[in-house]
Amino acid sequence: MSMLSDALTAALGADLRPGIWPDVRPGARPDIRFESGQRPLSVVCCTLPKEKFAEAARILKKAYALLAAEWAADETPFGKGFAVFACYRWGKEYFIVKSELPADDLRFPSLTKKFLPAYRFERQMQSLMGVVPVGHPDLRPWIKFEDWPQDSFPLRKSFDATKPMPRVVGDYQWLRAAGQGVYEIPVGPVHAGIIEPGHFRFQAVGEMVINLEERLGYVHKGIEKKFESLSWRDGVRLAGRVSGDSTVAHSITYSMAVESLAGLPSGLSGSADPAGYSIPQRAHWIRALFLERERIANHLGDIGAICNDAAFAFMLYQCSRLREMMLRTNHRLFGHRFIMDRVVPGGVTADIDAAGKEEILSELEFISRDFEKLVVIFDESSSLEDRVRGTGILKPAKARELCVVGIVARASGMNLDCRIFNPFPPYDEYDRLELDVPVKISGDVHARTYVRIEEVRESIRIIRYILENLPDGPIVSDLGVPSPGTAGFAAVEGWRGEIIYWLQAGPNGEINRCMVRDPSSINWLGLEQAIPGNIVPDFPLCNKSFNQSYSGHDL
Amino acid sequence: MIRILRQILRTGIVTEPLPSAVEEEIRRTGTELKKAISKHFRRSLTIRQVDAGSCNGCELEIHAINNSFYNCERFGIHFTPSPRFADMLLVTGPVSRNMEIALRRTYNATPTPKLVVAVGDCGCNGGIFGESYASLGGIDKVLPVDMQVPGCPPTPLALLNGILTAVDGYPGRKS
Ligand code: SF4
Repeated sequence: MSMLSDALTAALGADLRPGIWPDVRPGARPDIRFESGQRPLSVVCCTLPKEKFAEAARILKKAYALLAAEWAADETPFGKGFAVFACYRWGKEYFIVKSELPADDLRFPSLTKKFLPAYRFERQMQSLMGVVPVGHPDLRPWIKFEDWPQDSFPLRKSFDATKPMPRVVGDYQWLRAAGQGVYEIPVGPVHAGIIEPGHFRFQAVGEMVINLEERLGYVHKGIEKKFESLSWRDGVRLAGRVSGDSTVAHSITYSMAVESLAGLPSGLSGSADPAGYSIPQRAHWIRALFLERERIANHLGDIGAICNDAAFAFMLYQCSRLREMMLRTNHRLFGHRFIMDRVVPGGVTADIDAAGKEEILSELEFISRDFEKLVVIFDESSSLEDRVRGTGILKPAKARELCVVGIVARASGMNLDCRIFNPFPPYDEYDRLELDVPVKISGDVHARTYVRIEEVRESIRIIRYILENLPDGPIVSDLGVPSPGTAGFAAVEGWRGEIIYWLQAGPNGEINRCMVRDPSSINWLGLEQAIPGNIVPDFPLCNKSFNQSYSGHDL
Repeated sequence: MIRILRQILRTGIVTEPLPSAVEEEIRRTGTELKKAISKHFRRSLTIRQVDAGSCNGCELEIHAINNSFYNCERFGIHFTPSPRFADMLLVTGPVSRNMEIALRRTYNATPTPKLVVAVGDCGCNGGIFGESYASLGGIDKVLPVDMQVPGCPPTPLALLNGILTAVDGYPGRKS
């Protein structure tokens, strides 16, 4: 079951299968190199000549791969130039293709025409790292605003991130629609509600939107660059603040990426430990508990807010009441309402005792009883149904083309969930956990709401399972030090969807590059595609049903 | 409909009196607050929230003071979509460089007199993001700040308390 590496192996004639220790790998070809530093071993990274970067994309697309992420790294500390990476996913498999670029020629073939999400990734890579995707149809900067000095590339090592950046004069070219009766509505960055900033431009005819263009980047805080100045241990605090609503999921993903690098028992060879993480079982389980609590709390908030945007405020108040109860329990048991900073590389720092278990179980009992009543009300409100059905449709074919993830993908017919495809304990106990992943095909606001509703139910069930079967033992273990030149990878299903971290250790074992791929980095494209054809007043409703993170996207 | 009514009745009123420590402070500011709000704000304080680069954690807690447990409207506090109607700006985040101009514009669009409350560790001093090419390191680097509410994120109670204290200190703070 390694479709992607098989496809590439067949097409390129080099053995690129996962799970084999690099030194025993046969069939080496001089121009195709297997990256032996990539962890965990289940994730293959291979270096191809840059001419083959796009060819690999073509081959992998034929093998039904989805593009999960694309990024660049500055490898000058290793005495090399730059490198571009593309991470593909199919089912359980993650496959990274790397191409090195010499410092004096930073061009590489664009993947945008094969994989749509590369559209934003590559704009961002060019803006922040200064590598040039050749063949990209739209090279306007992204995140880098028009008033940044053109030659500032913050992710390069030569860039001094501590200094403020001067402002220059510049202009951003918006897409324009022309014709009789076409008008434009600019919205943001400061929106009407209590919400993060971003700019949306609608071209509309009458009430109907014919095009939406997003412009994001307002909350860019230089997070990826900041990681490079932190120790592996301190990095987790920053990861927990990439997107405050997903603090648990981000800190788990970051920690697992570190553990894949530093947690591997030394001297292991020959056979692959696919997980590669060696932290106590109990720590894994408690992480899962936090993760599911975060999922329920956010889904409750979202379900309420979606209904509120359809003028059904009753649900907002009811759902935020349940949400508040959960946050308070979090605070009492784990010391923080969002459980921030309780996950660290090596384990967790908050434990749960018998009384705590009891408290959660009785709270769940209450919440699930009330929640079911609210779902009946949701189902029976025809005025609400009228607003949410058929609104903001992201068609399954489009969703696949855009490679969206998480709730957005599952509402548009894609069966993706890292808890199934890339599990950590206890999710790996499929047969006992019987995790049910809701998948809808209508792709509208209703589907995205309903995926959340069913996930709340599932999460409640999972938490009960965790509490009943929680293994004993320590909750944190010591970690080794990442060796220079290695790279760690982790993907975790946060409440929005798959979060990916890719960490590269520099020549002195420090963080050389930390790539963060929040689900929002991809899913914002889905919103842009779902809006045309809807009426302007439905935009807030659609936006809420996606509820993507601005901070996680802008980093 | 009957189900909705039944659920509303069953839920009852969940708004709670604040815990004693906080309540004590609020009672202390209470009389002054009433005076200040009725004198300067015609009995209602209108807030415009601005995210100047937060991680969204602070926003979630600001949302929470609207929920029925905290019910900030009982103090005459409500949130407005437009800075034109606002008495107070509640600003989160370390002020990302890309938001600086929008933040200044929002401030300028708010009629004087106005209060600025910096929310969260980020709002107070840049928090974990500090000062960098992309982050300015706190609201007071850009705007005159009347009140700081630290915390990452501050709890809803801390937020309420901060807002009330800012209003309490209001008459002496600004000309
Ligand atoms: S103070 Fe904390 S919660 Fe608030 S924006 Fe900053 S990092 Fe996020």
